[in-house]
Amino acid sequence: MNVHLHLWLIPLLPFVGFLLNGILGARLPRWLVTVIGLVAPLVSFVVVANAARSFFGLGSALVSIPYIETCPFSWISIGTLHVDFSFVLDQLSLVMLLVVTGVGFLIHIYSVGYMLGDRGFARYFAYLNLFLFFMTLLVLAGNTLLMFVGWEGVGLASYLLIGFWYQKDSAASAGKKAFIVNRIGDFGFLIGIFLLIGNFGTLTFAEIGAKLSANPAWQGGILTVIALCLLLGATGKSAQLPLYIWLPDAMEGPTPVSALIHAATMVTAGVYMIARTHVLFDHAPFALGVVAVVGAATAIFAATIGLVQNDIKRVLAYSTISQLGYMFLGCGVAAYSAAVFHLVTHAFFKALLFLAAGSVIHAVGGEQDMRKMGGLRKHLPVTFWTMTTAVLAIAGFPPLAGFFSKDAILFAAFQQGPSGMLLWFVGLVTALLTSLYMFRLWYMTFMGESRSPEVHPHESPWSMLAPLLILALLSICGGWIGIERFSQFLMPSTGARLAESATPHLELYLTAAAVAVALLGWLIADRLYRQKPELPAQLANTVPGAYKLLANKYYVDEIYGATIVKPLLGFSRYMLGWVVDVAILGGIAWLLGGTALLTGAILQRWQSGNLRSYAAWLALGAAAILLFMTAPSMLGAAGVNIHLNWMGR
Amino acid sequence: MSSFAQEVPLSWYLLLSSVLFSLGVVGFLIKRNLITVFMSIELMLNAVNLSFVTFAHEWHAVKGQIFVFFVMMVAAAEAAVGLAIIIAVFRARATLSVDRINLMKL
Repeated sequence: MNVHLHLWLIPLLPFVGFLLNGILGARLPRWLVTVIGLVAPLVSFVVVANAARSFFGLGSALVSIPYIETCPFSWISIGTLHVDFSFVLDQLSLVMLLVVTGVGFLIHIYSVGYMLGDRGFARYFAYLNLFLFFMTLLVLAGNTLLMFVGWEGVGLASYLLIGFWYQKDSAASAGKKAFIVNRIGDFGFLIGIFLLIGNFGTLTFAEIGAKLSANPAWQGGILTVIALCLLLGATGKSAQLPLYIWLPDAMEGPTPVSALIHAATMVTAGVYMIARTHVLFDHAPFALGVVAVVGAATAIFAATIGLVQNDIKRVLAYSTISQLGYMFLGCGVAAYSAAVFHLVTHAFFKALLFLAAGSVIHAVGGEQDMRKMGGLRKHLPVTFWTMTTAVLAIAGFPPLAGFFSKDAILFAAFQQGPSGMLLWFVGLVTALLTSLYMFRLWYMTFMGESRSPEVHPHESPWSMLAPLLILALLSICGGWIGIERFSQFLMPSTGARLAESATPHLELYLTAAAVAVALLGWLIADRLYRQKPELPAQLANTVPGAYKLLANKYYVDEIYGATIVKPLLGFSRYMLGWVVDVAILGGIAWLLGGTALLTGAILQRWQSGNLRSYAAWLALGAAAILLFMTAPSMLGAAGVNIHLNWMGR
Repeated sequence: MSSFAQEVPLSWYLLLSSVLFSLGVVGFLIKRNLITVFMSIELMLNAVNLSFVTFAHEWHAVKGQIFVFFVMMVAAAEAAVGLAIIIAVFRARATLSVDRINLMKL
């Protein structure tokens, strides 16, 4: 049936918003900037919702799935390789689009209140709309190259927004760090694309999938290499080991940005990409194993660092890295639908956590250090209750969203035999740590007495609280759809995995274990941060080495600095700077310039300024030409025959 | 007309033309007064005109005659501009000596 969903509107509208606010924003009144900035994502969301309606057959007609929109003009056409601007809407991209535009719109609303006093109000909304443009492009892309365009674009938007307060040195360098670290990952993605061209001759996801399913015996080999290259790209964008280091620093950006880009949507692009190209990973078991190990290692690694951070946003940043690790773990055990499920619920509760943290920061006048907070429960009731919802959701208490999705991933991992059980155990420990650091944050921020009596916190305006409430509702209800129905829905795009439990009550036991560790984490946090607030310091003193290691984030930044950044800088400064730049390039420039100078110095003497000398040279030249013209005939007359091969004659 | 050509051979005209031209060149090179230099240029132009007319007559081609008119027209324009420049130079520097007008250098 020919139903037009007008997918092209979804990325285009935010782009128009970006252009309007980016070019004219400084001259427009603030309310108009707000309207432009909000209408673009809202209409995009409406278009997505309309697409979802036709998808489920609620509207007039069902669309065929996957629904493809291709730009009538071809993009690249070289030999047998054809790349189009094509948008694909299937179950996976629909879910992702709903999250991106829905949560994105809520965060746009929140930003109106949060950024109201900022001088760069219009610039902020322009960047935010630009981000939505690229993110929807990434999600809708029907081939890897178009996805790469969106991929790079969200990196750009991320860079611009991290360094939004560019007057601050730390913000500017955090933006650069994010951009440069992402380049490493993008390099891997790009190599993967080239290998895909070389081995498949196409970049379209559907055709790659078709070629692979036509050759079920094709396993490993080059497919492993391609999958590992794509994984490198995913680790960069989704802040996994070893490229996670940019995400904590990215917290220099405005808090709504951290919520939208660095928690809910952009950083999940890596998970989305793996789910999108899952057929490749299914044919490369080794790469899939690497995905699982990277995910599990990142999850526990980041969770331990999160335990000792004091900056409220940094705790959330490490928590994000850790949760992304869960999603990778889910992808790695081929439970793509579970990973995407966690992606969705995580988008709800992590966006909520960040927005609530933003509300807290807003309330206490820009302070981010949790040691200076405390007792905010009385002053910020709405923020407190929504934050509590999110904390319970991320810790994995039923019946909140995080419980269902985390459980699904852990269960899928457990099904994978002995190594899967190890992964499950790591995931379980991470769940304990997650619960612990989240309740630590909760206690330090909201409970007890205020540690900074001089500040007078105030609840945020309604434009900020309304998104909090909606997200809180989603954090509660988001998981109720259940993993079975969700994976059933996603099955056409992510493949049917998720085996039924072998033993009847296995799933129940695993669920009980997950809830138990979440509860345990809460109890430990309660004991450490409510009953005996002096205990954490004592604990840190008993194992000073371990504490220092964690507080310094395992010295990863320092190690990278010493092993990669410093040699590179040295190479740039001495090899490229002195040898190549000064000696070779400088030498050539000096030689060219010297020649010109020398010639000029000689020729300069002709420019005497004396009119008669010019006249004399003129006459001499005329005489010379005359002589040249007449010499052959004169000599010929004298009997000397010379042949002047002049002008080719 | 051919009787005239028989009386004065072609080479005489050309000789006169080259003598006039050489006088112009020499005057252009050795004279110091700007107006004299300028007159030397006119002399050279007219020497060339003479040779044009000569050849036009010799070969019965009207092109040479036409060209002379062009040269005269350009010479007239050049005289107007050149004299204006000379007046401007004199006003500015109170001299017409070529050797003292030497600002056209680095």
